[in-house]
Amino acid sequence: MSTHKNEAVVEQILRSSGVDVRKCMRCGKCTATCPAFDEMEYHPHQFVYMVEKGQIDKLTASPSIWRCLSCFACMERCPRQVEPAKLIEAVRLSVIRQQGKNHLKPEAIPTLLDEDLPQQAITSAFRKYSK
Amino acid sequence: MQDVKEFRPKIVAFCCNWCSYAGADLAGSSRLSYPADVKIIRVPCSCRVNPLFILRAFQRGADGVIMAGCHPGDCHYTSGNYFARRRMTLLFSMLDYLGIERERTRVEWISAAEGAKFSKTMNEFVETVTALGENKRLEDLRCKK
Amino acid sequence: MQRIGVFICHCGTNIAATVDVKAVAEALSHEPGVVFSTDYQYMCSESGQMIMREAIREHKLSGVVVCSCSPRMHEATFRKAAEKEGLNPYMVEIANIREQVSWIHKDMKEATEKAIILGRAAIAKVHLNKPLKAGESPVTKRALVIGGGIAGIQTALDIAEAGFEVDIVEKEPTIGGKMAQIDKTFPTLDCAACILTPKMVDVAQNEKIKIFSYSEVESVKGFVGNFKVAIRKKARYVDEDKCTGCGLCTEKCPQKKVPNAFNMNLDTRRAVYIPFAQAVPKVATIDADYCTMMKTGKCGICSKVCTAGAIDYKQTDVIVEREYGAIVAATGFNPLKPDKYNELGYATCQDVVTSLEFERLMNAAGPTAGTLLRPSDRTHPHTLVFVQCVGSRCDVENEKGKSYCSKICCMYTAKHAMLVREKYPDTEVYVFYIDVRTPGKNFDEFYRRAVEQYGVHYIKGQVGKVVEENGKLKVQASDLLSGEQLHIDADMVVLATAVEPDKSARSIATMLTASMDTNDFFTEAHAKLRPVESPTAGIFLSGVCQGPKDIPETVSQASAAAAKVIGLLAKDKLTCNPCVANSDEMLCNGCSSCEKVCPYGAITYSDKEFRGPNRTTLIRRVASVNEAVCQGCGACTVACPSGAMDLKGFSNRQIMAEVDAICKM
Repeated sequence: MSTHKNEAVVEQILRSSGVDVRKCMRCGKCTATCPAFDEMEYHPHQFVYMVEKGQIDKLTASPSIWRCLSCFACMERCPRQVEPAKLIEAVRLSVIRQQGKNHLKPEAIPTLLDEDLPQQAITSAFRKYSK
Repeated sequence: MQDVKEFRPKIVAFCCNWCSYAGADLAGSSRLSYPADVKIIRVPCSCRVNPLFILRAFQRGADGVIMAGCHPGDCHYTSGNYFARRRMTLLFSMLDYLGIERERTRVEWISAAEGAKFSKTMNEFVETVTALGENKRLEDLRCKK
Repeated sequence: MQRIGVFICHCGTNIAATVDVKAVAEALSHEPGVVFSTDYQYMCSESGQMIMREAIREHKLSGVVVCSCSPRMHEATFRKAAEKEGLNPYMVEIANIREQVSWIHKDMKEATEKAIILGRAAIAKVHLNKPLKAGESPVTKRALVIGGGIAGIQTALDIAEAGFEVDIVEKEPTIGGKMAQIDKTFPTLDCAACILTPKMVDVAQNEKIKIFSYSEVESVKGFVGNFKVAIRKKARYVDEDKCTGCGLCTEKCPQKKVPNAFNMNLDTRRAVYIPFAQAVPKVATIDADYCTMMKTGKCGICSKVCTAGAIDYKQTDVIVEREYGAIVAATGFNPLKPDKYNELGYATCQDVVTSLEFERLMNAAGPTAGTLLRPSDRTHPHTLVFVQCVGSRCDVENEKGKSYCSKICCMYTAKHAMLVREKYPDTEVYVFYIDVRTPGKNFDEFYRRAVEQYGVHYIKGQVGKVVEENGKLKVQASDLLSGEQLHIDADMVVLATAVEPDKSARSIATMLTASMDTNDFFTEAHAKLRPVESPTAGIFLSGVCQGPKDIPETVSQASAAAAKVIGLLAKDKLTCNPCVANSDEMLCNGCSSCEKVCPYGAITYSDKEFRGPNRTTLIRRVASVNEAVCQGCGACTVACPSGAMDLKGFSNRQIMAEVDAICKM
């Protein structure tokens, strides 16, 4: 299942997100809630399961991680406090770190935006990069 | 001190039969560990714990004493833990006066369903007492062989 | 000097895997007074007990220490074995080296050391043990059942059947509880009223059973065999003895806008009401919060129409004092109110209902007379969505829900889905589930029938959002097996809400000094072996107040509790706990400190004649303990300033000896 290299990444993702994936009871309420469902290849409950199984490569390669709006509806409604959105943020962060591109300047963001991007995603991007 | 062994405190825990002793049993059956330094004495109710027992423990070289009973209002004997609470408050203020660190004694309310709380409390208490080190003030050296 | 035998139990490998039992036996054999020390695989087994009994005989033991599991488990077993050999049972002490040692420690050296110390403490205590003889106390041959739902009803009927008197205290105006509100029962689909109401009538007609309806337990005093309970009969402003239950007042009352709690507030009733047609006792009750007469003093219509003259606006609460030998808690449950789940729209959409509300909507005696209609516009729904596990199976830290599985929801949802499809084949029914849990006789077959015969759509997934739009409920949900997000236009959404213990249970548990778990369910004396008894002697548990269960399980547990009560009431005398307080009259200074702290009133003072010096006598006021009343808490022993009061079995010297043994390392 999980390769040795992945274990370290999983460990880092779990640590930086503070999520305990073993709490998940696979009810699917996160996916039922997700407003970006149609945009995503992998859905919130799959995220949790894939991190648990160590399938990080599939996740990082998927555009799904950039489609999450960070609206946190899944976190709010998860009955088991698994908090999938935090996990997705952590996966994103691990990709950004690997690329050595964690220093995006806030001024650069407006030029990167496309018109279809939902407002929530813009807010989320500002929150994330202007810290 | 010739021994270079790490300091392991001696801790006496008085547990009431109905709540806290059962809580300790639950901690056991749930395999929730706490340090072996804690030794439990079963009493019918926290109100059976005479402050003298606690003083005796310190005199004999205990480093910490904890008393655990049912939650206020849930005493098997209706009101026992209220008496215990008052008595312990008085004892603790006397120990304060004597210069015994307040953290060496503790009162905790642990129900029969709170195995996790029992284990957590004992872990914390042992940590606190270990940090305080040996009880030298109240130990009666004549009691040492 | 005592002659002490020490027995170390391996408990299979439960103890022996972490504790070097041989080393413990060896170490303890050198303790003063120990004349025999051994270890054995299972001390509690027949052969283990025989080893102990032989040792008592051969070595003339005067005291026994068993190092084994918790004394809460097998103390009684070992004491009985000792007694068979003529040794006083209270000369046996247990060192708990399983729950307190082997199960929580991993390091063998450390665990063995601790086991030896605990063994030493027990030996030190046994040295000071004295043979104790248990006293006896009489038994009041009457039982109290708190709660008149199916659990309470069954318990009461079974106890009465055995010939003992039973009182039922029910806080509502009628017995029947939740089962009276239910339409059909799974897995047989027989009507709940048809099987419950005859039992209610049996209760009413049974001479041995007295119903205190619209009443609450006010206070409980005493102990097993001798409880004194104060019951508050709330004023119902109708004389129970005079009211014939004709119902004329409930038809003539002009105040028509009272939410009908029996119908889950889905319709209204009058201010004077009988909850439902088969109510027991069939007596009207005036709701003082809504009655115009009670509020303004102007009306009195019910009083005018009542031919029996039963209406009494001046009635007040009455406290009745009764004595009981045993008390059964049957306080039941309520469905969780799902208004915290904003996404499910319960608080905002009328057509989002809980399962119990749905029961009323399907019930022939309900607000719609059995025709399924949407609460909002009274039209026939075509698409229904059922959501399971609402408020159940949540994380412990989740504030909205409960951490346990409510157990009954899977089955009642299958029942609802099936009933809807049977009655209205033009409907589409969706059930969103996490797992379908159907352990029980004919339960899984029932669920499969819902799917295979009735064509209910079971979808593994959850509902994430319910929004009202143009009279439709837009349901957004996940289908995990197909990996889709579904959007269903539903007419009704039914939430299978968690069960939670009735709010009154907590205060009742406090009165009974019965323990509860963190969810406010009553704790049983032993999870497996004593499931219908509370750890508090004389208190028994019946029904959902102990944990979620369905009707068949509730009835079984109710009968089991009744069997335990009958076993208790059949005795004329109870053996008391001999570990009671006793006062040394020579030391007692008559200060009354002990009398003030005793919660049972077991201590009395009397003047006694004592011999003084030079053949004089002097009269002193001294304390004495009523051993049948004393429960052995020991509050008095600490209060006593002169050290006259002590507790048998847990004497000052015994506890001090344990302290010394533990501190001596």
